[in-house]
Amino acid sequence: MSIQSPRSVSFLSGNMALVEGAVKAGCRFFAGYPITPSTEIAESFARRMPQIGGVFIQMEDEIGSIGAVLGAAWAGVKSMTATSGPGFSLMMEHIGLAVMLETPCVIVDVQRGGPSTGLPTLPAQSDVMQARWGSHGTYEIIAVSPNSPNEAYTLAIKAFNLSEQYRVPAMILMDECVGHMYEKVRIPTEDQITILNRKTPHDREHYLPYEPNDDLIPPMAIAGEGFHFHVTGLTHDERGYPVATREAQNKYVLRLSDKIRKNEEKIQEVEQFLTEDAEIVVVSFGITSRPAIRAVRLAREEGMKVGLIRLVTIWPFPEKIIRDIARKAKGFVVAEMNYGQIVYEVERCARGKPVILSPNLGGEAHTSEEILDKIRQAK
Amino acid sequence: MQQEYDAFTKKYFRTDRFPHIWCPGCGLGTAIQAFVKAVEKSGSDLDRTVVVSGIGCTGRAAGYLNFDSFHVLHGRAIPFAVGLKLANPKLNIVVLSGDGDLFAIGGNHFIHAARRNNDLLVMCVNNFNYGMTGGQLAPTSPLESSTTTSPYGNIEPSFNLPWLAASSGATFVARWTILHVRQLINTTVEALGKRGFRFIEVLSPCPVNFGRRNNLPEGLDELKMYQKHCEVANFSDPRLADIKWSEKIILGKFVDQEKQAYEEKIALLSQKARGVKRG
Repeated sequence: MSIQSPRSVSFLSGNMALVEGAVKAGCRFFAGYPITPSTEIAESFARRMPQIGGVFIQMEDEIGSIGAVLGAAWAGVKSMTATSGPGFSLMMEHIGLAVMLETPCVIVDVQRGGPSTGLPTLPAQSDVMQARWGSHGTYEIIAVSPNSPNEAYTLAIKAFNLSEQYRVPAMILMDECVGHMYEKVRIPTEDQITILNRKTPHDREHYLPYEPNDDLIPPMAIAGEGFHFHVTGLTHDERGYPVATREAQNKYVLRLSDKIRKNEEKIQEVEQFLTEDAEIVVVSFGITSRPAIRAVRLAREEGMKVGLIRLVTIWPFPEKIIRDIARKAKGFVVAEMNYGQIVYEVERCARGKPVILSPNLGGEAHTSEEILDKIRQAK
Repeated sequence: MQQEYDAFTKKYFRTDRFPHIWCPGCGLGTAIQAFVKAVEKSGSDLDRTVVVSGIGCTGRAAGYLNFDSFHVLHGRAIPFAVGLKLANPKLNIVVLSGDGDLFAIGGNHFIHAARRNNDLLVMCVNNFNYGMTGGQLAPTSPLESSTTTSPYGNIEPSFNLPWLAASSGATFVARWTILHVRQLINTTVEALGKRGFRFIEVLSPCPVNFGRRNNLPEGLDELKMYQKHCEVANFSDPRLADIKWSEKIILGKFVDQEKQAYEEKIALLSQKARGVKRG
């Protein structure tokens, strides 16, 4: 087996491209458990990590996988795991811990049909709300959603950067289609990539692990460097010590959310297509955005003024962007591979304009015609 | 003497967190004290010694100890520790947690880390019940014992922890009680100096939640029981290490063997993967 650094233009699946993007971002620790349709990510890391001095470990389950990822992050290594719906469900408690300890880490969910074992080999986009709210408590996370292998590469880097910058778990919500499709991937050159790393503290004497800077993000010490810090999943104060009071809860949990909310416009990314004069705006993400683009073109051919907003980052939801579009638009069509999740987010930002769902319970991506039908209805 | 004691306490404990939450008669103070004395005696690098705890009474240990210390999810101290150690093999990681945490909710992680021979020292303070939640049945509660969730007596056989650890692949397995402080310190010093998956079980009274429901109402009552029933026999067959209140309890070292740790194998794997390129 030879070491395979990708060529400047490679032919890769979404799962493989994601691995290369993560490696480029500096990921050197992967812990995972086999699950369709994400397994190629674990397999690629098993081959790749020993070549670059990183660690791959196959854990006993998804709970152990993300637990090890958090541990590795606290040893100072960029780390990630990848799974699909059933494994993602098992990871939820640790996602809460990652939020509570402010641990940078990346979690990939290559979505398949659910609930339960569902459609292991077929796509869905039905874990969108789970990604947002799946762990208990009040919190914010970041989620991105690539619609091509090329973007799986670039968004892997973005996810690591955001996670490091904001000390929050970042999720990559792929779907089986993007994970398994092979396409041309342009590997960017060094000068085309920015790699961000977490802030680190220097003053061992006065270090308080949860004392934030003005940007609401505290520098993060790592184990083994003499800081002798303590962290806990209990609500804690600046010292990292547990405090069971309403005041401590209010102060800490507000900051956890506000560090994302107050920076959401810096985090959010959407792609707009023909929205300038659009009366009907289609909102979509991931694989569904591809038939949606064609649906917009077909609608334009029929003389309808239709555009598309593709959510590149799903969480935090680009509320302001949708609100702005809603000033001019007459209505929205939301195409997603579920029975209505993001549609409710769009609805609350639509200024009362009608919002029509183009649902799909999973198994196969939408056809453009299905979405076009909904556009005609919205008209 | 007092000054020396204060300096020792300040070195190893976050004294600004005292008083601790443990109940009168609880054995955790003794167990944790024995642990830090062993760290002192072993000459471990304190900057590189890391404690990971789960949830429960023992789980609170991480919060009182003046190392880099992590108080993580219920049952998940071991996978967290696995990640820490793999990402920085220079760390000496000690998992300090309770019997419910490590062997009920966390049981799967324990056997797999032992099987892989992850380089961790796992110390389980076994008080035979879930103390923090008020005295429920644990997978270590002896048969017939009375707990709030076994009010008519426990009908579940309990885990024999030394046997479980040994048969899962641990390189070092020992059991003491908090009555056997000197032995516990010496064994911990020994374990700290070894590599691979090492396990020490520490029997410890929980008079408030377990003892008083099982004819051992004071902390001292359980110590007297230890004194009466415990028998030190190094390298006994761990299959015989079952705990029954009225029969002998075997203490000592059950397993002590050299085996390449998982982390050493990972390093070799990396050489192998890179070597192929040169060839």
